[in-house]
Amino acid sequence: MASIFQVIGAATAAVSSSTSFDTKKFQLCSRRSVSERKSSFVVVKASGSNRIGSRADQLVTNAVATKADTPPAASKPGHELLLFEALREGLEEEMERDARVCVMGEDVGHYGGSYKVTKGLADKYGDLRVLDTPIAENSFTGMGIGAAMTGLRPIIEGMNMGFLLLAFNQISNNCGMLHYTSGGQFKIPVVIRGPGGVGRQLGAEHSQRLESYFQSIPGIQMVACSTPYNAKGLMKAAIRSDNPVILFEHVLLYNLKERIPDEEYVLNLEEAEMVRPGEHVTILTYSRMRYHVMQAAKTLVNKGYDPEVIDIRSLKPFDLYTIGNSIKKTHLVLIVEECMRTGGIGASLTAAINENFNDYLDAPIVCLSSQDVPTPYAGTLEEWTVVQPPQIVAAVEQLCR
Amino acid sequence: MASSYLSKSKHMIMQSLKSKKVLMSIIMRHTSFVTNSQFCRPFHIQNYADSSVALSRSFGSIYCERRLHTATSVSNKITKELAVNMYTNMVTLQVMDTIFYEAQRQGRISFYLTTIGEEAINIASAAALNINDFIFPQYREPGVLLWRGFSLQEFANQVFGNKYDYGKGRQMPIHYGSKKLNYITVASTVATQIPHAVGAAYSMKMDKQYSCTVTYFGDGGSSTVNYKLINNFIFVIFLFILLKTLLQGDFHAALNFAAVMEAPVIFFCRNNGWAISTPINDQLRSDGIVVRGKAYGVPSIRVDGNDALAVYSAVNDARKMAIEQQTPVLIEALTYRAGHHSTSDDSTKYRPVDEIEWWRADQNPVTRFRKWIETKGWWSDETESEHRSNIRKQLSQAIQAAERVEKPPVADMFNDVYDVPPKNLSEQEALLRKTIKKHIHEYQSDVPM
Repeated sequence: MASIFQVIGAATAAVSSSTSFDTKKFQLCSRRSVSERKSSFVVVKASGSNRIGSRADQLVTNAVATKADTPPAASKPGHELLLFEALREGLEEEMERDARVCVMGEDVGHYGGSYKVTKGLADKYGDLRVLDTPIAENSFTGMGIGAAMTGLRPIIEGMNMGFLLLAFNQISNNCGMLHYTSGGQFKIPVVIRGPGGVGRQLGAEHSQRLESYFQSIPGIQMVACSTPYNAKGLMKAAIRSDNPVILFEHVLLYNLKERIPDEEYVLNLEEAEMVRPGEHVTILTYSRMRYHVMQAAKTLVNKGYDPEVIDIRSLKPFDLYTIGNSIKKTHLVLIVEECMRTGGIGASLTAAINENFNDYLDAPIVCLSSQDVPTPYAGTLEEWTVVQPPQIVAAVEQLCR
Repeated sequence: MASSYLSKSKHMIMQSLKSKKVLMSIIMRHTSFVTNSQFCRPFHIQNYADSSVALSRSFGSIYCERRLHTATSVSNKITKELAVNMYTNMVTLQVMDTIFYEAQRQGRISFYLTTIGEEAINIASAAALNINDFIFPQYREPGVLLWRGFSLQEFANQVFGNKYDYGKGRQMPIHYGSKKLNYITVASTVATQIPHAVGAAYSMKMDKQYSCTVTYFGDGGSSTVNYKLINNFIFVIFLFILLKTLLQGDFHAALNFAAVMEAPVIFFCRNNGWAISTPINDQLRSDGIVVRGKAYGVPSIRVDGNDALAVYSAVNDARKMAIEQQTPVLIEALTYRAGHHSTSDDSTKYRPVDEIEWWRADQNPVTRFRKWIETKGWWSDETESEHRSNIRKQLSQAIQAAERVEKPPVADMFNDVYDVPPKNLSEQEALLRKTIKKHIHEYQSDVPM
């Protein structure tokens, strides 16, 4: 797997920026989380397997190493952009770097993509490299797999993750398996990406959480981005990875604004992100729920609690190292996810934590997830199906008692 | 003709198939393959349908004459070397199928799938292609690999799943794959290879390479083939499609897309009349597969799949057409699946034995081609028996050798899932090893640790 570690300096710059979500502003704790990340960075590298470490050494030369203690600049370093622009920037940089990278999907060409992630790319790279496909998900996913087997590195965009259910056959049977069944002869370096999750009244069919359906497929990796910073980094890492990677974006997060570094950086696909270090309880979350958790965290801090918030980012495989370290510190776990109660990411994570860290837990793991219902269209009902900050606050209070 | 073809009993289907052969050989005599108009027109044989008298089992003499005409039309392209090479490969394929099938029946291998009745399709189409053409097979095309140089030992290694298998013992028998011979590993799923071929053609088109992709599929499925253009190398992406894959959605989208993209792909449909136990009139009610190609704007042709020369000629010209005109081509080869679907099937349960026997005897593509090369004086009974015994000997040696080789090690169960095994897989492997060590007597000893 790609084991390119975060650039520490870049992290500093990114984290010190403010992220806006709707009208609320969050201050991500900059210095503390960076130092946490720095220390975990060092430790992971030391204890990682030799093979991964040596590959990281080869690849780090690409990233720009900046000084660890960058003095706070008067003019902020980096540039501000929205999440979909960050995705586009990552995509464009990779297309520039490697001529084999191409994009295919519905309306990705001249229209620029339904969420404008590929805007301008067709004009720059041509119609063939940013290919508009017919509305046949299974077929164009298959096309991407065939192209990958013969040397390209395609990025397959699903207009909505729910549509990729049509491509399940290709993703499971061919994407996940062909490298294995061909005895390693043919590799499939595809990136399958698209927006998923519950949006604003998109209806049941367009509000699905595909990560829970795909998580069992052997041979694929899954990551979920949540900020412009990690969106760009994960996009680049996914493209560079030789494994098939499914990158889950969220419909409501496309307009998040953040200041990201100017320098090139690539994130580790298997690493979780420490959003807010704390002492009392570990809150594991990903994608949109990260923001609900951070909102709840503000309330909790006011009430005197100190939650540790981790954005797990890597949905397959789980970063049990970071999660484990956190559990060993706090001994209490709360999982907040958007998946349904049955068979979601939270369910798997609960099982994995129980198996590995049972001795460190003071209480059973609490998992807050959506109900096992199709997402209703009515706004209020839709809101009630997603985990809201007051529920998170109540759950933490319950746990910490 | 179409509806009559499909609503009649199997006997009538056979007869009309025979009539098509007669028609096709006449067509081949008189027309060239290259022009679009020829390709787009499905063949109407209304006037020939009544000549069932000519289609009786004693139509050998009439048929022979037609075959000579067929041969004449393409004989200028076939050298002695090529013809003998094609024939010997067809015989090798036939012998290999028979012996591996027997081995399965004896319990030495777990599964096998024969190509009996479709040898001409396998070898002749492969002969018309270039080694650089990417093949996306369904599963009944090992002859293409054979033609390209896959050795009998390599076949044996795969069916026995030993450590020399390129697939590292992970797949069922007959799921061959060879990167160096540009033959994509067979996947059990039907029709999924069709969009793959489109993708491969797209990849070649991006590289501006003069090549094409070929995909084979049967009557049950449809696959698409894309051609990519590669400078100075002409290769085709050749897609084999079974008839049964034609009904899969992948076929339609891929064919459509290949036409829109002007991707040079050869879609080769092996219409062998059966999708396991489902006969063709339960699969479709259209005039076979050629009309579907036409519907998508793809030049299409119907060929006698049991006539090696016809298949060679069609693929040869289709390839040229696809590359020069940058267009996909659909070839529907009419043939018959003379063997069972696989070793898990007994086709006598759903079709009459005399039907199978008739196809094996009179319409056998190997026999037909043999008669042609014998008339040319390039083959004889002695060379035939010598070749057959030679292959049989090689095969039994290969099988014995493959049987003795040890299986792939346990580590290969966890490799190649990803490029580098992640932590959870390493843990699972360690756990498995511990379990095996603890209960060493419960586990097979021929899998090395």
